Amino acid sequence: MRTTTRFKAAAAAVLMTGALAACGDAGSEGEGGPSVGAEEVEEGKFPEGSRMAELADAGTIKVGVKYDQPGLGFKGANDDLPSGFDVEIAKLLVADLGIDPQDTSKVDYVETISDNREPFLQEGTVDLVLASYSITDERRQVVGQTGPYFVTGQQLLVPEASDVTSIEDLAGQEVCSVTGSTSIDRINEAGAKGVGFDSYSECVQKVLDGTVEAMSTDGTILAGYAAQNEGQLKVVGEEFSEENIGVGYSPDRPEMCEWINGVLEESFDNGSWAEAFERTLGPSGVEVPEPPTLDACPAA
Amino acid sequence: MQAVLDDFPAYLEAFGYTVFLFLVSGVISLLIGTVLAAMRVGPVAVLRLVATVYVSLLRNTPLIIVFAFFAFTAPIFGIRFGWLDVSIGPFDFTAFFGAAVVSLSLYTSAFVCEALRSGVNAVPLGQAEAARALGLPFGGVMTQVVLPQAARASIPPLASVQIALLKNTSVAAVFGVGEAVSQMRSFNNDNADQRYTIALAFVIGYVVLVEVVSFFSARLEKRYRVTTA
Repeated sequence: MRTTTRFKAAAAAVLMTGALAACGDAGSEGEGGPSVGAEEVEEGKFPEGSRMAELADAGTIKVGVKYDQPGLGFKGANDDLPSGFDVEIAKLLVADLGIDPQDTSKVDYVETISDNREPFLQEGTVDLVLASYSITDERRQVVGQTGPYFVTGQQLLVPEASDVTSIEDLAGQEVCSVTGSTSIDRINEAGAKGVGFDSYSECVQKVLDGTVEAMSTDGTILAGYAAQNEGQLKVVGEEFSEENIGVGYSPDRPEMCEWINGVLEESFDNGSWAEAFERTLGPSGVEVPEPPTLDACPAA
Repeated sequence: MQAVLDDFPAYLEAFGYTVFLFLVSGVISLLIGTVLAAMRVGPVAVLRLVATVYVSLLRNTPLIIVFAFFAFTAPIFGIRFGWLDVSIGPFDFTAFFGAAVVSLSLYTSAFVCEALRSGVNAVPLGQAEAARALGLPFGGVMTQVVLPQAARASIPPLASVQIALLKNTSVAAVFGVGEAVSQMRSFNNDNADQRYTIALAFVIGYVVLVEVVSFFSARLEKRYRVTTA
């Protein structure tokens, strides 16, 4: 698929402008078409011996994404490709290597849950992680992280009839989130009692059946569920945390950092970042924000 | 390891939930299991059938499905545990704890029943026949003659079942109970650089708890050992 040209990518972008539905169908060029096509890689684009050159030469890549977060990284039972904002950013990176991001024989979108993101990067199970991966100092000790390409904060999802307006209203009460997640820690720090389930969709169930009064995680994720359950659930409250979502890469390959930042910077400038945001998170009512400021790469 | 030591109270509290889950479910599963075993070896065909179906059903179902049933399906039929709200010190026992105890107890009782039944089968038939010949009713035959001997033969398999229960409590981690495994995941999430030592700390916790259960089971075995000398 190296031959796919920039023209094709541009044509696809035009096609996509109207079609907002997150398209998980790899093959069907007719309906919506691929959002991002592979870019031509010129000789010498990547330094000799760098990981990027290796990947571009091999023509295959493995990317870790979430499968259970509508709007960010989500894969339904019948989807060929996952969809969401994380996935769109991943596609930009993959395309920059000259690999067709829609071709699942070339790109393996591996499901990474919160618990296995670091091991997957350390062991080389995946080359990149874009799985609502908050940048933290502890994680930077063991893996490479750069970005952020997205800044979000934690809010509450409550039943439509609820009069809860902030996390303070829930002091001492149970609030659902994912077991072991950063969100649970923040809930506990705010004085409520975090209870953990395996996935956010299970928490949605517990809010709907009334076992807990609220669930909490990043506002963008909650917006997706509120949109899915219109009239039953609503997002409330100020953001009470700030998460910088970044890209994870192998700790042994620090050269990837500058490349990732370069691709992200380009997407901020040429509008593909805003377009990806609008297409994936726009339908659940999230406004496109200003692109965040990227962290500088550590001196190699 | 540093992360665990820095927040040792959280580690202890998490294992506290594990122990509470184990103790409560352990007692309930022993009670239900004993009743089931009596039904399975008893003379009433209907009860025998009911107990057999129960054991087949629960023993053939993965525990996580039993949990999922009480977490997601049962509320639809109005079975919920919202009435449960007890606090002892730092421990809150709410609907999630209730659902976990019910799931663990119902699941484990099937295994308890089979462990006891193996003990009953180990008692020579002549014992029961002799008791009948003495004019004891079924209840008397069971409580006075068969079950005391059966219990002795059942101690090793029962201990295994209870140890399995102790470790099975970890399934509650993803069903709203802040027990050991859920706390371990929290530590892992915040301290990605210390995964191995964190895992080690929690493995040690489980080993210690299992050793305690093994110790008591060994004591019981010794105490009820039949000495022929």
